[in-house]
Amino acid sequence: MYRIVKKQDLAPTIKKFEIQAPLIAKKAKPGQFVVIRIDEKGERIPLTLVDASPERGTITIAALEAGKTTKKLNSMKEGDYIANIAGPLGNPAEIAHYGTVACVGGGVGIACIYPEVKAFKKAGNYVISILGARTKEGLILKEEIKEFSDELYVATDDGSEGFHGFVHLLLKKLIEEGKRFDLVVAVGPVPMMKAVAETTKPYGIKTIVSLNPIMVDGTGMCGCCRVEVGGKTKFACVDGPEFDAHQVDFDLLMARNRRFIEEERLALKKFEESCACGR
Amino acid sequence: MAKVRETKVPMPEQPPEERIKNFKEVPLGYTPEMAMEEAKRCLQCKPRKGKEFPPCVEGCPVNVNIPEFIKAIKEGRFDDAIKIIKDKNSLPAITGRVCPYENQCEGNCTLGKKHEPVGIGRLERFAADYERAKGFTIPEKPKPNGKKVAIIGSGPAGLTAAADLAKKGYDVTVFEALHEPGGVLVYGIPEFRLPKEIVRAEVEYIKALGVKILTDVVVGKTITLEELLNEYDAIFVSTGAGLPNFMNIPGENLNGIYSANEFLTRLNLMRAYQFPEYDTPIKVGNKVAVIGGGNVAMDCARWARRLGKEVYIVYRRTEAEMPARKEEIEHAKEEGIKFLLLTAPIRYIGDEKGWVKQMECIKFELGEPDASGRRRPVPIKGSEFIMDIDTVVVAIGQSPNPLVPQTTPKLKTTKWGTIEVDEELRTSVERVWAGGDIVRGDSTVILAMGDGRKASLSIDKYLSSPDRKWEFKGKAELKDKN
Repeated sequence: MYRIVKKQDLAPTIKKFEIQAPLIAKKAKPGQFVVIRIDEKGERIPLTLVDASPERGTITIAALEAGKTTKKLNSMKEGDYIANIAGPLGNPAEIAHYGTVACVGGGVGIACIYPEVKAFKKAGNYVISILGARTKEGLILKEEIKEFSDELYVATDDGSEGFHGFVHLLLKKLIEEGKRFDLVVAVGPVPMMKAVAETTKPYGIKTIVSLNPIMVDGTGMCGCCRVEVGGKTKFACVDGPEFDAHQVDFDLLMARNRRFIEEERLALKKFEESCACGR
Repeated sequence: MAKVRETKVPMPEQPPEERIKNFKEVPLGYTPEMAMEEAKRCLQCKPRKGKEFPPCVEGCPVNVNIPEFIKAIKEGRFDDAIKIIKDKNSLPAITGRVCPYENQCEGNCTLGKKHEPVGIGRLERFAADYERAKGFTIPEKPKPNGKKVAIIGSGPAGLTAAADLAKKGYDVTVFEALHEPGGVLVYGIPEFRLPKEIVRAEVEYIKALGVKILTDVVVGKTITLEELLNEYDAIFVSTGAGLPNFMNIPGENLNGIYSANEFLTRLNLMRAYQFPEYDTPIKVGNKVAVIGGGNVAMDCARWARRLGKEVYIVYRRTEAEMPARKEEIEHAKEEGIKFLLLTAPIRYIGDEKGWVKQMECIKFELGEPDASGRRRPVPIKGSEFIMDIDTVVVAIGQSPNPLVPQTTPKLKTTKWGTIEVDEELRTSVERVWAGGDIVRGDSTVILAMGDGRKASLSIDKYLSSPDRKWEFKGKAELKDKN
C-alpha cells in the first residue's frame, strides 16, 4: 500500500500526487513511468513520473481525468492509500548535452516533460520550453518549468494565453523565426506528438516522443503496448517509452488506444452513477 | 485377490454444455469413497533393478513417494497421505490439477502397460483438496539459521524453492513484479483449470512457513540483482517466460489481436470476465481464432468459448503433433471448439478503423521429421484462403523475460535469452541460481517446481559448507526429469 502524502490541484481536471514509495523514488529517472492499481478491483494503468525524492522517499505523478481510474484517482485524498505501484518502468530519457533542446509539453504531458526540462538543463543544455493547452487553466506547472528553462513559450487553443493555436504551430513559428534546435522532446496527446513530428521532420531536427499506449503489466510480459517504430514492432513498456518521433506509426497508436473506448465509457458511466448515489 | 479394475474410477465433471456457461472448474474431484476405490488399483511396485525408486516415482520430477501416499489413501489415512506428498511437493493442489501425468508418473505406471494407469494425479488432488477443506497443518517451524535467501519471481519454481528453504530454517523473501503472487499460476492458467482460490490458499501455506512475499517489486528496475546480493546470502532467479512471441506477419498489430499472455492476463489476473465489476476490460468478437496447439492455446480457446464465442484452433501440424495435453485437447473438443489443422495465418486484414476482420491462411502438409522429432509442416503452394474472424489470440509460445539478464551484465545467457546454468542450477554469477522457464524457455509447472527443489538443495549445500566455494561448471543440458 502506498500512501498519498500530498495532493495538489494543477487544473480543474488535473491533480498531482506525491506518494510514499521509497524503493521507486531511489531509482526513478526522467522519462520513466510507474504502473498503478488503485484498489482490489482496479485496472493497471501507466503514469509518467513527474518527480521523485529519494530523501523523502516519495514519487510524484499527475493524472488527467479521462476514464474511471483517473477519475477515481483524482478523487483520492491525502492520507489515502493506493493498492499497488510498480516501477520505475521503461528506459530513462537519454539525457546528454545536445546544445539547444526544445521541451514541448501538451496538456497533462506538461507534467511529464517537467522532469526532462530539469534534467536537460542540469546537463548544460539551453532549454526552450514550449507548453500547450486548450485554455490558460491547462498551462500547469508553468512557474516550475520556467525556473529550469532559458526561454518559455506557451500556446492555447482558445488564445486565452500566449500563442493562439496548437503547440506544433508555435514550434514551427519559432523554427521559422530562426531558432535552431539540436533536439526536440515532445510529450502529450498522440495527435500533438504526431503534429510535432511532422513539423520537425522537414528540418531534420532529431525529435523524441514519449508514447502512451494501453498497458497491463508494464514489464514486457503481455505485449498489449506494442507500437510500430521504423516498421518494427516494439513494446513501449520495455523498449520505450521514448522513441524517435520520425519513425513512429502514430495512426496505429491512435487506433490501438481506442481499443476499449466503449468499455471505458461504460465503466465511467457506472462509476459516475455510483458516485451520485453515494452522495 | 479380487481382480483389479481395468479403468480409472471416473472423475465427475461438469458436462460441456453447462461448463461453457460458467467459469468454474471442469473436473469436480473424487469423493473419499472414489479415492479409496481408485487407490486399490495401485500394485505397490518396488524399485526396478538398478533404480532408486519405483517406476512412477522415477517419472516424477520431484520424486513424490507415490506408492506410499496411495497406500495411505487406500487405508483411509488421508492425513498421512498429504504429509507424504508434502514432504516432496509443497503445491499438491496445483500439481494435482495441471501436471502432465500421462508423460510422468502415470506414464511409468506398471498397471498402465495393460490397462489404464492408476489415477495418480486425481489421487494427489484428492489428498490436497481434503487437507485444504480441513485447514492446513503447518509443520513446526525450524530454528532460524540466520541465512537470508532472495527469490525472484513467485511462480511454481520460486514458491517451491521458498517453501523448501523455509522448512530448513532459512529467512526467505520472494520478490514479485505483479500485484499478486503466483506467477503463471495466477496470470496464465485459467480459473476453470486452476481456481485462483486454490493458488491463494497454497500461497498462504507458504507464507505460514515463514516466507515473506513482496509484490510490486520489479527486480532489474525497482532493485537490481547486484543490490540484492549485498543483502542476501543467495539468490534464486525464477522469473519465467514472460515475453510473448509473435509471428511477425503483416497486420499483426491490428486491434483485436492479442498475445496469449495479454488475453490470459486480462481474464485471469485482472478478472476481465467480471467487467465492469472489475475495471479491466477485454473485447472479444464473435469469431475467434487461436493460433497454436499447446496448452496455452487450449486455455485461450476454452476461455473464448466461455465468453460465448465461436472458436477455432488454428495449428500448422496435425493433432498428433500438438504439444497440448490430451486431456486439454479432449476438453476443448467437447466444448465445441473447432480445429483447423495443417493451417497457419500469413497475414491479417483490417477494417477502416484498424480492427482485424479477416485472416489469410495457407495450408500445410507434413514432410520429414525435424529436430524436435515431429514431422515438419510444409506449405502447399496455391492453397491460400481467406477466413472471416474478428479476434485473434497468438499462442505460439513465450520467450524468457529479459529484465533480470538485461540489468545483470555478468549473468551468462544463451542465444535464446535463457540463463545458463550447470547441473545444480548455478549461474555464472557467484551465489546466484536460476530455474524454471527463465532457464528452460517454455516448459511446465512441475518441471519448474523440480528446479525450485533442486536449487534449494544446492543453495542449502553451498550455504552450509564451511568454505563456500563457487563452482559454475558451465552450461548443462537440463533433462525433462530431474
